[in-house]
Amino acid sequence: MAGGQERILRRRIGSIDATKKITRAMELIAASRIVKAQGRVQAAKPYSEKVTDVITNLAGGGAGVDHPLLTTAEQVDRVAYVVIAADRGLCGGYNNNVLRAVERAIEADKSQGRDYALVLSGKKAAGYFSFRGYEIHAAYEGFSDQPNYNDAKAMAESVAELFESGQVQQVQLAYTHFLSMGSQEVAVEQFMPLEPSEIGADAAEDADSGGYEFEPEPAEILGRLLPRYAEARLYAALLEGSASEHAARQRAMKAATDNAEDLKINLTRIMNRARQDSITTEIMEIVSGAEAMSQDDDDGLKDIIEQSLEGSFASLASDRNDA
Amino acid sequence: MQVELVSPEAVLFSGECSQVVTRTVDGDIAFLDNHAPFIGALDIGQTQLWANDGVVSLAINGGFVEVSGNSVTILSDGALAAQDINIQDAQSDLQAAEEALNADADDGAAANAKKWAETRIQVSSAV
Repeated sequence: MAGGQERILRRRIGSIDATKKITRAMELIAASRIVKAQGRVQAAKPYSEKVTDVITNLAGGGAGVDHPLLTTAEQVDRVAYVVIAADRGLCGGYNNNVLRAVERAIEADKSQGRDYALVLSGKKAAGYFSFRGYEIHAAYEGFSDQPNYNDAKAMAESVAELFESGQVQQVQLAYTHFLSMGSQEVAVEQFMPLEPSEIGADAAEDADSGGYEFEPEPAEILGRLLPRYAEARLYAALLEGSASEHAARQRAMKAATDNAEDLKINLTRIMNRARQDSITTEIMEIVSGAEAMSQDDDDGLKDIIEQSLEGSFASLASDRNDA
Repeated sequence: MQVELVSPEAVLFSGECSQVVTRTVDGDIAFLDNHAPFIGALDIGQTQLWANDGVVSLAINGGFVEVSGNSVTILSDGALAAQDINIQDAQSDLQAAEEALNADADDGAAANAKKWAETRIQVSSAV
């Protein structure tokens, strides 16, 4: 019967409404976190800029560029990928974009006869690669929302060990670059060996040493500084990843909320039509019943039917007001 | 001179100071106005900044210092201001480090942990 359908629709609308409340809440949370995450990206900048400054000055002061982190291997047999993805889903294509880019890069390496090693950040990355049968060297999780420096440090140390021990000859860093609220871009960049040009160490020959005094020797300071530089760079990538994650989640949840709203409107229309249909049918039944009765020429009965008709109109009207 | 103390997560101090005392791996060093350009690696130790409104004392867990053009920049991924130090944590860390050192006197990580705990206790008790 039509009343049954109406009840089913009412229940569906209720469940969509509940889902909408959840997605709306997630959208608002993500929106507030983007601002925080962006602030952290900004707050991390002075440190890495100063570290780069110091490296440039050190190179100018004659520190040799022969640190293991700066040494390019003659032949690359194995490439490590540091992948920065999220711990949670429901953030649109954020995870998949990074993970697919890495998978493509690994395929390209394989065709050149290079092996791979995976260092992952984020539950989703670990899930993706283990499901596809990739061998995972190290997986970190639990901080994709709000990474702190110690997380970056722990990751960078394990990556540096992998690189310095010669197990891999190159390290690539895959993360999502946060350009603005509306646009983020997957980036796969060389992480190790560090590019001397990028850190200003190639200025060694022509730079003016500026008459710096060093304590201890420049080369020793550089040796201590380069790992910090790598950490800072990884930390920046983690922060950008988290800002991108929140931005992607905000967009995805906004789309979901809008969708739920559309669905709700549609279903409400269908439900109203079903209700109206059932009301019309009911009236038809009463009227045709009344007509059948009046042909039996009993006026007393006719009065009773008219009264009952009024009664059901009144209840229908109040029904409508309720709806 | 202008002094900045920068950690990876934030700029912890930025302001005018008359004197900076810190500890490089070769020993304590003080900077006054117009110090010659200098780059040093910092050891675990106490750093003091003579700011306009008093002396700021911090525990530094390694880092770098650069002096140039009448400004001092201290880079550290582990710097704690005296008021942020949890003395109980420091003491329990000290105990754990000493136990580790008793078991293995050549444990470099434990030696550093001990030094870091001692520095924190020293800095926080000096306030």
